[in-house]
Amino acid sequence: MEFLIGNFAELTITGLVLGSVYALVALGYTLVYGVLQLINFAHSEVFMWGTYAVVWVLTLLGASGTSSLAGAAGYLAIALVAAVLMSGGVALIVERFAYRRLVRQNAPKYIILISAIGASFVLSEIMGLRDKIAGFLGLQGVLGDYVNNPRNTSTLPVEIKPEPVLQIGNYMVRDTELLIIISALIMMFVLDQFIRRTSFGRQIRAVAQDPEAASLMGANSTNVVRLTFLIGGVMAGVAATLYMIKVGATGFNVGFVLGVKAFTAAVLGGIGNLRGALLGGLILGIAENYASGILGSEWRDVTAFVLLVLVLLVRPSGLLGESLGRARA
Amino acid sequence: MNNIISGLRARLAPVADRVGTALEPVGRVLGMKSVKYPLRTVGVLLIYALPILHLPLINTENSDFSGVLFTVGTYVLVALGLNIVIGYAGLLDLGYVGFYAVGAYTVGVVTSEHGQWPFFLALPLALVVTMASGVLLGAPTLRVRGDYLAIVTMGFGEIIRIVARNTDWLGGAGGINSIPSPPDIGPEEGLFQIPHLSWQYGYPTIDDRVTKVLHFGVLDATPYFWMILTTIILVICADMLIKNSRVGRAWEATREDEDVAELMGVPTFKFKLLAFAMGACIGGLAGAMYATRVGFINPPSFPLMLSLLFVAAVVIGGAGNRWGAILGAVIVAYLPERFREFADWRLLVFGIALIVIVSFRTQGLFPGRQKKRVAQAEKEVQKLEEGAEIV
Amino acid sequence: MSESEDILLELEAVTIKFGGVVALDDVSMTIKKGEILGLIGPNGAGKTTCFNVITGVYAATSGTISLDGKSLAKRKRYQITKLGIARTFQNIRLFPSMSALDNVLVGADVHSKVGLLRALFRTPYFRRVEPENKRRAVELLELVGVGAQPDEISVNLSYGDQRRLEIARALATNPKLICLDEPAAGFNPAEKLRLMDLIRQIRDLGFTVLVVEHDMKLVMGVCDRIVVLEFGRKIAEGTPSEIQKNPAVIAAYLGTEEADDDAA
Ligand SMILES: Nc1ncnc2c1ncn2[C@@H]1O[C@H](COP(=O)(O)OP(=O)(O)O)[C@@H](O)[C@H]1O
Ligand SMILES: [Mg+2]
Repeated sequence: MEFLIGNFAELTITGLVLGSVYALVALGYTLVYGVLQLINFAHSEVFMWGTYAVVWVLTLLGASGTSSLAGAAGYLAIALVAAVLMSGGVALIVERFAYRRLVRQNAPKYIILISAIGASFVLSEIMGLRDKIAGFLGLQGVLGDYVNNPRNTSTLPVEIKPEPVLQIGNYMVRDTELLIIISALIMMFVLDQFIRRTSFGRQIRAVAQDPEAASLMGANSTNVVRLTFLIGGVMAGVAATLYMIKVGATGFNVGFVLGVKAFTAAVLGGIGNLRGALLGGLILGIAENYASGILGSEWRDVTAFVLLVLVLLVRPSGLLGESLGRARA
Repeated sequence: MNNIISGLRARLAPVADRVGTALEPVGRVLGMKSVKYPLRTVGVLLIYALPILHLPLINTENSDFSGVLFTVGTYVLVALGLNIVIGYAGLLDLGYVGFYAVGAYTVGVVTSEHGQWPFFLALPLALVVTMASGVLLGAPTLRVRGDYLAIVTMGFGEIIRIVARNTDWLGGAGGINSIPSPPDIGPEEGLFQIPHLSWQYGYPTIDDRVTKVLHFGVLDATPYFWMILTTIILVICADMLIKNSRVGRAWEATREDEDVAELMGVPTFKFKLLAFAMGACIGGLAGAMYATRVGFINPPSFPLMLSLLFVAAVVIGGAGNRWGAILGAVIVAYLPERFREFADWRLLVFGIALIVIVSFRTQGLFPGRQKKRVAQAEKEVQKLEEGAEIV
Repeated sequence: MSESEDILLELEAVTIKFGGVVALDDVSMTIKKGEILGLIGPNGAGKTTCFNVITGVYAATSGTISLDGKSLAKRKRYQITKLGIARTFQNIRLFPSMSALDNVLVGADVHSKVGLLRALFRTPYFRRVEPENKRRAVELLELVGVGAQPDEISVNLSYGDQRRLEIARALATNPKLICLDEPAAGFNPAEKLRLMDLIRQIRDLGFTVLVVEHDMKLVMGVCDRIVVLEFGRKIAEGTPSEIQKNPAVIAAYLGTEEADDDAA
């Protein structure tokens, strides 16, 4: 408890940083849920693939040693593009192979969820077996650096050294932390405007409200669904880049825990509600930090689950209420 | 592929019938009403004999065959329990490993960590504790929407693992050691001894390995396999009795249309909770047997992946059909052991299998008779609808 | 016998709002024991909503509903069924992959106390009640005319059989009041005639019937009394001949005749 009070500013700021990543991943859950009323179980793997894109691109570009955030900015910008492409692409693949057929058949929800779980297995195992797969394709020699020890953690080839830029309370906020929070807010704002103002956004909202009516009105719901997955993937790609700046390492199985947390964030804010995802993410990030401050860090990962159960019991529609369709977005 | 199977079935059915008719007099002499039962008895005995027969092709060369059979047995037991939850009641439980862990830890705590209970006393306690944990988890969560349940239960599985890791009373990260085997029944050298076979050039010879009946040693897993097989048979009987009653119908109705079930007088929440508790109890049973067999449990013994593998077993076999679930469990547990070179790939393969099966064969590999008919009806309707579009 | 003892179901000033939509507006009506009451009105008048509030799907925004003098407020849906109200659905909602017989058995199970232990140990209670329910279910299947295929999966039944199976399932709960929501939808004239017979038969067996139906010939032919809804309000009530002459009803129906023709 004393620890919590003494480090209040730090716990809050770093909580917000984590929460920003959760929020961006949560958007993927919330968008797909808003449109299809389905949990995209494989979304955590979409994120995980994005983190690898960052590692691979930086390795490819030959980045090494230590660098300040500003010094690595060029590299990171390229990595961001790669992560966004990777996550967006993987999200589209998930939509195509795990969802489209079943959604068309109007299969029961739990069946589609199982398909998504299958996709999640496949995506994380492909990453975890990539040395064998490369060997199978005869590419191990070429891809050596990228595929060796697939089940160990992969670290960024360049170490980004955060620099303190701003004092809040008794905590010096680092530039990386500031970057993460601000980027997340910007992405949220852009997405919000996109959903509200563009015709694509209108279509997404229409399908979320009433798929049948929307298709009668000319919205191609397959396209809308694909677009929704793509946007979710793009946001996960951004999240993956920010995550790598902060954490610096990833593994083939990082998706699971982060995925559950992001999902909790989405439910906490009100699944289907974009602003809810942001709010839920930030609250969860902070709550985790406080909880581990009070109970000890070994309990950190339980926070999300307990919070999730509590929300579902007390206010299943989340803090801001549900529904992408009702123009809350 | 389908045609081949149904063709085979069509061709084999008369043969089986003829065999049945031929055996009929034998049955009558023995005073049995139908030959079905003696045939089944022979089948069951054959399964009991598996670990001593060491049949070629089936036998696992690289790992102890009885041990493999025991593992397959735990998966089968788990699949039977999970089939009640997923298959009958339609509740997607992704934290089933949690109950398995609770069962294992209960046995670990009372037989080793904090007591010297004999296993056969610890077992009923494990049942009670897992059932209680099922109710505790189910009571708040079964009211929430079905699709959230999956995530909440997954969280439960993780919480169990994290709690075990962080609680010294449960052995912490080190887990619980030297969990005793079940007490032997009968004398030291076993009630009697059964020799194993080995096979050379397709001919069996009697081996010098022997299994001491009802003697639960560390080296020979055969008695454990017999224990779990007996449990499985009892659970299957219970499953049949329950399925074919008001309870089974209530579960099915709830799965098919919860709102309507409620309007037809089914207290759906109560029955969902019952399914959950039953499933938990069977999962705990499997966990308890696992604990006494391996003698050592720690938190990493119960990873999330195991939950997902369990779900894969049930779904691959055909949720809602107990024989399908059993076969699914055999596939998921046995194949990677038999084909060791394939073991690394198993999650990948089962992941692909999940997607393919739910997309193209929604009823699993071994659908129940009813589900097959539903699928057929749906296909016909689809054809009609497609036809209508053309017109 | 005083009149109040004859009343089975009573709605008093029931109002239901969905956001801005007032689906039922201050509706009061009574159903007497043993009668066949018709509930009619244009599409969207609130008939199905009326069923939903009676069977506990929605809670009334205000007003009270009572069965045999017992208030239904705060009761769960399955409790209301157990008290004696059963229904069918405008859009068929059987348990698709269960057999016809099992569908009916689910209804018959309402009053059964069979639980885990009784099923597991096949107690004398079980051995008495389950076969008894099964026998009754078979009888009901025969009554509605689906007796030929008790083991067929309900989605495989013909459309008409599915509709009739819903009636059997509702009857199996042994209700005091059975509510039929457009039971003749999609039926040809011959089937409609048979349905009219069935409805009368059901009443003669001692059930009270509340029926929503668009087919005027059927409604006028089978109902003892009729209640008319329009825009959630009750605009008329009376015997078939009174209703046919009622100017408000004629106006309501003339206004929507085209719409109804489209629907048919
Ligand atoms: N769950 C609901 N949410 C919002 N509006 C509803 C709901 N159920 C019914 N309504 C509205 O109530 C009105 C009455 O509908 P309904 O009872 O189905 O009419 P009908 O007489 O054709 O059966 C309609 O305007 C319908 O849109
Ligand atoms: Mg209606």
